[in-house]
Amino acid sequence: MAANPMTQFQVYRIGPEIKVGAFDISFTNASLFMVISSLAILIIFNLGSKKNSLLPNKIQLLAELSYTFVSKMISDTAGSKAKPYFSFIFSLFMFVLFCNMFGMIPYTFTVTSHIIVTFVLAAFIFIGVTIIGFIKHGIGYLKLFVPSGVPIVLLPLIVVIEIISYLSRPISLSVRLFANMMAGHTMMKVFGGFVISLGVVGGWLPLSFSVALTGLEILVAFLQAYVFAILTCIYLNDALNLHH
Amino acid sequence: MVKKIFFQSIFFNLFFLKEVFAAESGGMPQLNPEFWISQIFWLTLTFGILYIVLSKLILPKISANLELRKSQIQENIEAAEKQRESSEAKLKEYDDIISKSKLEANNIFKEARENVLKEINAKKETLDKQIDEEIKKVEQEIDLLRKGASEKINKIAIETTSELLLKLIGTEVNNSSISAIVDDLSKRNGDKYYGN
Repeated sequence: MAANPMTQFQVYRIGPEIKVGAFDISFTNASLFMVISSLAILIIFNLGSKKNSLLPNKIQLLAELSYTFVSKMISDTAGSKAKPYFSFIFSLFMFVLFCNMFGMIPYTFTVTSHIIVTFVLAAFIFIGVTIIGFIKHGIGYLKLFVPSGVPIVLLPLIVVIEIISYLSRPISLSVRLFANMMAGHTMMKVFGGFVISLGVVGGWLPLSFSVALTGLEILVAFLQAYVFAILTCIYLNDALNLHH
Repeated sequence: MVKKIFFQSIFFNLFFLKEVFAAESGGMPQLNPEFWISQIFWLTLTFGILYIVLSKLILPKISANLELRKSQIQENIEAAEKQRESSEAKLKEYDDIISKSKLEANNIFKEARENVLKEINAKKETLDKQIDEEIKKVEQEIDLLRKGASEKINKIAIETTSELLLKLIGTEVNNSSISAIVDDLSKRNGDKYYGN
């Protein structure tokens, strides 16, 4: 492996170059891990839903616990109106979680450490939520930018701030996930490099750091998937239940 | 309008960043747009398939499983509750029967005792009466006998005396005079003979 901690994020073609018009849609290592993550999710949840025994086995329990976990998360943050979007948020949470977790295995590729992937997801959520908001409340959805109980003098400023904060949602959402994943993996790679360069004598300290970081990164992988999903729920809540 | 400007600025910034990093050796591969289209395409494809399969096939099954289990558990709880109630009712019935039968047994025992006592008393009374009557009869008989006895004895005594006198003296003595003597004697010594 190269010493540069950024090479782990390198995307390269697997197989032949596929071109549709001017666009290169070749199968890459990123695509491979998207496919692996999706397949893993589908296999686990298919096994977990296949037969229904009164006393669930381990995989069924896993599937059902995930189901109730996401379902509770949605009903807690966005209320009962968000029920139709359960499938999407569930898929999103699982996809991000599995991509993050597969990235924790050495020599794998972390799909979510690429800004373009997280940005596409975040932009899709942003556009979707905005459309849902306008469908539910019509032009009244713009009231979201006008909080109640604000002095008239401050109103123009507040509205501008609200609009900026609303528009920066996809950026914050995507950058949060991408930066967390990239920073964690880079740091682990740097510490791993220290282990090699310091050798048997001084390598133990960075090695122990590396071990601790692995635990931390697994936590972060779960946490970021959770944060991604819960922020989606919160945005959805704004669109479904206009509080302002 | 604002949105458009905002997005333009984002893309401009990213482009700018890419230029900066490309200048360095290595840089951030994330900002290399070579495979951006490919990543977007595969993300859309895989996530789309994942979403469709999950929402159409798998999640409804899990939800149905959960609902089924919930209802099954609910049913079981209800059935258990019913059985508990019925068993409680039966226990009560059993207790009632036990207490009732205890009472009944007590009553029967009391009645039997009373009956037996009554019978015993009645029999005792009749027996007492019979005994009393018999005692009276016997006493009367004794009285009669006693009275008769003294007279008979007197008579025997008088006759014996008169015969004795006849054989001894050869004269007939007036019976009335003998009886006077016998009466006198018997009055004097009657106590000795009869114990009265």
